[in-house]
Amino acid sequence: MTTIEHIQKPSPAAVWWNRVGKIIASHLVLTLIAFTTLAPFVWMVLASFKPLEEVEQINPLPSVWHPENYAKVFEQIPFARYYFNSVFIAAWVTFLQCLTSAMAAYAFARLQWKGRDAVFRLYLATLMIPGVVTMIPNYTLMVWLRLLDSYIGLIVPAAFSAFGTFLLRQFMLTIPPSLDEAAKIDGATHWQIFWDIIMPLSRAGLITLAIFTFMGNYGSFFWPLILIKSEHLRTLPIGMLYFDTNYGRQTNLIMAASVMNIIPLVILFVVSQRFLVRGIQLGAVKG
Amino acid sequence: MQPQAGFLRMHKRSRSRDERYVAWLFLLPNFLGFAVFTAGPVLFSLVVSFSNWNLQRTIPFQWTGIENYFELMRDQQFWLYFINTLYLMLGMPIAIAGSLALAILLSQRLRGIVLYRTLFYLPSITSGVALMILWKALYNPDFGPINAAINAVSHALGLDVKAPQWLLATSNLLGLDVEQVRITARQFGLGARDALIIMGIWIAIGGNNMLLYLAALTNVPQELIEAAQLDGAGKWSVFRNVTWPQLAPTTFFIVVMSFIGGLQGGFEQARVMTAGGPAGTTTTLTYYIYTKAFEEFQIGYASAISWILFAIIFVVTLVNWKFGAKEVSY
Repeated sequence: MTTIEHIQKPSPAAVWWNRVGKIIASHLVLTLIAFTTLAPFVWMVLASFKPLEEVEQINPLPSVWHPENYAKVFEQIPFARYYFNSVFIAAWVTFLQCLTSAMAAYAFARLQWKGRDAVFRLYLATLMIPGVVTMIPNYTLMVWLRLLDSYIGLIVPAAFSAFGTFLLRQFMLTIPPSLDEAAKIDGATHWQIFWDIIMPLSRAGLITLAIFTFMGNYGSFFWPLILIKSEHLRTLPIGMLYFDTNYGRQTNLIMAASVMNIIPLVILFVVSQRFLVRGIQLGAVKG
Repeated sequence: MQPQAGFLRMHKRSRSRDERYVAWLFLLPNFLGFAVFTAGPVLFSLVVSFSNWNLQRTIPFQWTGIENYFELMRDQQFWLYFINTLYLMLGMPIAIAGSLALAILLSQRLRGIVLYRTLFYLPSITSGVALMILWKALYNPDFGPINAAINAVSHALGLDVKAPQWLLATSNLLGLDVEQVRITARQFGLGARDALIIMGIWIAIGGNNMLLYLAALTNVPQELIEAAQLDGAGKWSVFRNVTWPQLAPTTFFIVVMSFIGGLQGGFEQARVMTAGGPAGTTTTLTYYIYTKAFEEFQIGYASAISWILFAIIFVVTLVNWKFGAKEVSY
């Protein structure tokens, strides 16, 4: 009794100040962290507009803005080619991965068969295999198949994903089973159920997986690094790496290239973050 | 009755057999890819690790049994790089705690939460080569903005602080020696590995882990917290006894994934920012495997290292499950 009276004691004004103070303090901390997060990006953008000699100076703003730095990048390296390669490869991987993952997820989430859960656990276990273990044999496989330095070699090995299967299965499990039953009674084939009912209802999951896969493969580094030999196949990360190694002293141009590399990702994220946030949170739910 | 029951049973059996074939058809594309690019390679790499296979064919191919694994145990570099890998993982607990703190701040009903969340997540979506190149420039000891800021502050305060050499320095906060597995006072300070840790925390703190904690925090039943408050529990006590146990499954997942990621991490940083140096201090196991396989073409030896890495990850995950599962079952 006494404690409750004690809790109710503070005047409304004090409670109000307490709450407002807490809100202000929270905003201060959050703003500080946001500033720390943004500062390197701001430096990058400013440096990309500076003449080279000013990059080394502490003065944050360029004395004269040099947007032509961006044009110079295209003169020095085939940057448009890198863009095309990255987007082309990432788009193909995304399409194939969504299709194969969705089909596998349908088998795991919507069909009854012996050994299903055992096979699914096997899939999950493969998520633990370090990438480098499979990287070496896959490289020798590409050597044998003469697919080194080819689009097919860059795309096909990345087109299958245990993670994608897992993520889409989580989404498909939430669709009521009565829908398949009804369709089956109407005489629909499994492909029709999959394509006309389950796929449209898994749209949110598919979009999430597509964004993840696209972003991941747009920035993919290890596999293209060992597979690509000729310049015309270089993707953005590989092109950036060699640009930095060979022209490393032109910090302003390298920053301009970095900005152009990052911008599509930022736009994609801002547009799609609703799906991404949900996907990340759903992906962690134990299957 | 009899024929009808028989009919039903037959019908059921034939349908379940149908679904099995259908299921395998649906699974086939993914499973083929899995067999060719994951399962096959894993076995192949194990087999190859028992040979001296060299892609340059300068040495005749030979089965060498467990010779590679013996050599690995004697390989001083392997141990140094293993310790590098572990050292770089020291940022993990800081990043996870930071993600939790941020998530708690964001889980209050404030204005502009989505804006903050978007800003904090930026390093995660842009992580990769472009970001590493950016940080390489930031860490430049002569004209990078980090040292410029340190020098400016030091000058303004009348101090004589010597700014760190960052990516060029072998020194580190634990004083690990360069050529031997031991600690020496000479190496104490800030160096390349610490620079990579700081960058790693900057990247990870507002990333996926924060989003996971944010989701978990909204799922903590409000009545539990109110009940504890009614019992007179303070803020810290509520967090320690109510919120933290409720977050256990999320923490467990994050810790397991961080270990798996951390043990095979450090490749991009080493390749893009430091070339594994200075003096090999930022070479992690994955980068070591890369140099052995794709620069020296010692496929056999590289496969052996990759299997040791696999084994370490496997054991660590098992240990996590064994101890974590107890924590989680609240």
